[in-house]
Amino acid sequence: MPQTVPFVDYLVLGERPHLVARECTVCGARFFDRRNACASCFGTSFTRVDVPTEGEVRAFTIVAHAAPGVPVPFVSATVDCAGTSVRANLINVEPTPEAVRLGMKVRLALTPVGVDQAGTEAVSFGFEPRP
Amino acid sequence: MASDDVWILGISMTRFGKHPDSDLIDLAAEATMNAIADAGITMREIGILAAGNLRGGGGIGQALQKQVGQTGIPVYNVANACATGATAVRVVHMALRAGEADFGLAVGVEKLAGAGLLAGGERQGDSATWAPQGRFGAVGPLDGRIGTETMPGVFAQIGMEYGHRYGGTSFELFARISEKNHAHSTLNPLASYQRRFTLDEIMNDVMISYPNTRPMCSANCDGAAAAVLVTGAALKTLAPEQRRRAVKISASVLTTDPWEEACQVLPNVNTLTRNAARRAYDTAGVDPEDLDLVELHDCFATAELVHYDNLMLCPEGGAVDFFNSGATWRDGSTPVNVSGGLESKGHPISATGIANIWEVATHLRGEAGDRQIPGARIGLAHVIGLGSACGVHILERAAA
Repeated sequence: MPQTVPFVDYLVLGERPHLVARECTVCGARFFDRRNACASCFGTSFTRVDVPTEGEVRAFTIVAHAAPGVPVPFVSATVDCAGTSVRANLINVEPTPEAVRLGMKVRLALTPVGVDQAGTEAVSFGFEPRP
Repeated sequence: MASDDVWILGISMTRFGKHPDSDLIDLAAEATMNAIADAGITMREIGILAAGNLRGGGGIGQALQKQVGQTGIPVYNVANACATGATAVRVVHMALRAGEADFGLAVGVEKLAGAGLLAGGERQGDSATWAPQGRFGAVGPLDGRIGTETMPGVFAQIGMEYGHRYGGTSFELFARISEKNHAHSTLNPLASYQRRFTLDEIMNDVMISYPNTRPMCSANCDGAAAAVLVTGAALKTLAPEQRRRAVKISASVLTTDPWEEACQVLPNVNTLTRNAARRAYDTAGVDPEDLDLVELHDCFATAELVHYDNLMLCPEGGAVDFFNSGATWRDGSTPVNVSGGLESKGHPISATGIANIWEVATHLRGEAGDRQIPGARIGLAHVIGLGSACGVHILERAAA
């Protein structure tokens, strides 16, 4: 049976896909990368917290020129998920200035990246418009 | 001229553009020798050299010395993204303030003509089997899958974020900022592009990353700039003509971005610029209204807008109204980027932070020719490099 892996380690797949941040136990600053210490308060203790899967688009661009191998156009955005900012593509929306709006309400959605030589599928995330 | 002041004694930039027959050292040497000649001294007097170059392989300072003068002085090769040139000036400034030397030289040089759009460079291919790597435990390259890593895309979002916060932005608004800078460039013989574009031309040009079209992006080009700095004490001993043309560095500030929510998700170019500006105004005893001209880091049209606000040229949240008032055109109350800015003058990365200072200094000396801002007395030069680093210099004309 083909295996599935998350594209990044802060994406949790399964029945209720969501992102997980590392939260500083001292000051509450949130990060998505592996940490040496907290960039805000220098603390070294972190807990894992679920990030809300719904948010609003705080900034976006429609990338028309990118590095070779990157399919264009696509929408890159900063999504404010109830106070935690997330970088992501906007998916399941036309990549046009008419279809994408600042302040647009969006929710996390999964998107396949591809299958490797061992038959493992990588699955990434984006945000799609909320009905 | 107080003894602990630091002044610009000589400064120079090459023409920005294509220099197929000059290598990095040729360009750096041209800027250096012209700055030294402008200062009225020789390499013998220089006590410290700070040199910036990002894409040439390292050791630019020593390579330059081997062509223009090896005197055994300390060389600091600096790198700070697009703030590299300003960092070189800052290093020399600190050394002079610390009493390490009387004269110092800052140089920045880059060859970028034909480098394309630097749009994220090359994205690596996927590996044969998915295996988590790096700090995000990613099984493949992120660019294009988890947002964009291209500069036009990042700075597009920075401008859009300003619009989300305060309203009033549009594709056309950003394009009109570019229209201004290209119009300004027609008076600058050293600019890469000296052609005025109509608003229609700008908006209908190739879209790079909405809302930035090609002419709204900084122009890749070759170029170098160099500055000779001198202590106030040493300047007092020089000839009246050297003292008359010297430009005072009333503030030299370098900052990085303090941690804030989202700053590691979308670079925050605002807070560090605001911090640098505030410190510079305090140090210089100057208010934003006192500025006769500003050269700010318009790496993209979307960036120029946010820096009106960050440099406090307008009330907080008021950048759109400020631009719409015409304030930043060369005949406005706060002319911004009368050189043409990075969008038309060009952006040879490491040279930019010194070229901006050259532009301001040239106006303060009354030597800017057709594009002279009449009676310019005080100016500000700003650069920002992602990562991030922000350099702000406030310059003042020598008292008559």
